[in-house]
Amino acid sequence: MSYVAVERADTLGAAGVSGTAPLQGPETRRRRPSGWHLLLVPVALLMIFPFVWLIITSASTLAETRVFPPTLPAGFPVTWIQNLVHNYREAWTQAPFGRWVLNTTIVTFTVVIGNLAFCSLAGYALARLRFFGRTALFLVILATLMVPFQVVMIPVLLICKYLGMVDTLAALVVPNLVTPFGIFLLRQFFKTLPVEIEEAARIDGATRLGTLVKVLLPSMAAPLATVGIMTMLWSWNDFLWPLIAITSQDNMTLQLGLSSFVGSHVTNWPVLMAGTVMTQIPMLLIFLVAQRWFVQSFASSGVKG
Amino acid sequence: MSTSDAAATAPRTLRAGRWDRLLGSESTTGWLFVSPAVLVIGLFGVAPIVWSIVLSFQSNDLVTPATWVGMANYKALLKDPMFAASVRRTIVYTLLFVPIVTVAALAVAVALNRRLRGMRFYRTAVFAPVVTSTVATAIMFNWLLDPDFGIVNALLVKLGLPAQGFFQSPSQALYCIVVMTVWGWLGFAVIIYLAALQGVPLELMEAAAIDGATRWRAFRRVQLPLLGPATLFLVIWLSINALQLFDEIYVTTRGGPLSATTVVVYYLYQQAFQLFEAGYATAIAYVLFLGILLLTVVQLLIGRKFVYYRS
Repeated sequence: MSYVAVERADTLGAAGVSGTAPLQGPETRRRRPSGWHLLLVPVALLMIFPFVWLIITSASTLAETRVFPPTLPAGFPVTWIQNLVHNYREAWTQAPFGRWVLNTTIVTFTVVIGNLAFCSLAGYALARLRFFGRTALFLVILATLMVPFQVVMIPVLLICKYLGMVDTLAALVVPNLVTPFGIFLLRQFFKTLPVEIEEAARIDGATRLGTLVKVLLPSMAAPLATVGIMTMLWSWNDFLWPLIAITSQDNMTLQLGLSSFVGSHVTNWPVLMAGTVMTQIPMLLIFLVAQRWFVQSFASSGVKG
Repeated sequence: MSTSDAAATAPRTLRAGRWDRLLGSESTTGWLFVSPAVLVIGLFGVAPIVWSIVLSFQSNDLVTPATWVGMANYKALLKDPMFAASVRRTIVYTLLFVPIVTVAALAVAVALNRRLRGMRFYRTAVFAPVVTSTVATAIMFNWLLDPDFGIVNALLVKLGLPAQGFFQSPSQALYCIVVMTVWGWLGFAVIIYLAALQGVPLELMEAAAIDGATRWRAFRRVQLPLLGPATLFLVIWLSINALQLFDEIYVTTRGGPLSATTVVVYYLYQQAFQLFEAGYATAIAYVLFLGILLLTVVQLLIGRKFVYYRS
């Protein structure tokens, strides 16, 4: 089932990249513009406008945001750039954004690596190896996948307290090192792979781990990317868990830090907008570069249900 | 299930003696491979589920020793007017959010499924909010909808309409949350529909066209039924997330004004981390879980009746 999903996602990704290519083909005829633009232009503008206004506001002076009705900031482009530099510098010095970027990067990176490694191992074992209690274990993992986080968050907090992890980055990393979602997705994928490849490697004397790492994983770019991208996005943007697990400013993630920044800067919109832009740039850049992989990951993780 | 798996996995050429040894070593390897997962999910997934059941039968402020209160938390919940109100708000939100996202995404996906000029721009515009964090989304909309200096009010005034309170108006705040989250989730839903649309064979649409069907009829009778599974998945997934709405509320309205946006999870958060009623909060969480489970089962049952699956 998941194989079908991945295959579909592939065509989607390919179309996403080459969607405009057929227009350049020899069979292209001059046609009147499609009526679909009437729907797509307003939708696209609505989707983009918040970003545009965000950036424009971060290029304004404080006084310019205190006028009604609001207008474009004066002095394009020189004053805009001066305002931009001023606001971003203000945001950067008023809150430890650098520290928050570092924290979030450490957490996200570790969680992604942990998930790729441990979910592969567990997914492989659950799909291929016969061991006592396998079916029961798989059912338990499926069950935890369905329980909403709100049900477990207080006990998880208490366990973290017990382990001395509260208000440290470890609290954000350790509970998320392995996710039921990743295990489930990779197990389903391993099930679709032909056993013969592994058998050949095993007959040649490779160990299970060697087979997994050298033979199977290299051919699993799509499902591994899905697990990696979904855990990256989730970890980078997570809010509720950091909100209750982290208290000191130095250990905050970007999203938590940004929300605490709101409280103290709710009247200074240009600086707040500058801070918001800064927190979104890393993920947006990664997305723009790897859009195809993102779309494919969403599609293949989505169709899994 | 496990026996057929085993039969498929086992190399058929092995003899009985080595078979036993292999079984032994495979069992060890199996447990070694799953051990990190068992450790983490056991400690932070399974144990907390059990613990929270106990917690929901306790009066527990997370500091002083807990006392066993039996069903008292659940009984109090049934009589709590604040909780009932938070459930109502959550239902109103879900009933607006899920259909709007689903229908809008379907229209946009059908449009994006064609080969048009500027497709890359359209796609990027629609998908970009998906990677934007909920916190950033909330901050942006807070500014767009600012009653005093916001651009949306400026637009309304220009059109000759009165300026609105938006997030600061008890009668509008929840609807503003709907608009904001629709913006944030549309791209995800479009991706799901696009993937499903690309699974619809072109020949089917061509066959319908040859049979003289108008474009609308072909869509209605051929394409739409084939999108059933994707729609069912989307509706379930969006509902689960709608019932768990929290981040956007925390950043924009903190449940206000006058509790107008105190949805279930925000109420739970207040009980747990502002009033330190961990037992009561966990009882809320279990009721929420039950609600999600119930809704999902109902949706699946309805889906089984109406959704057409190609074999």
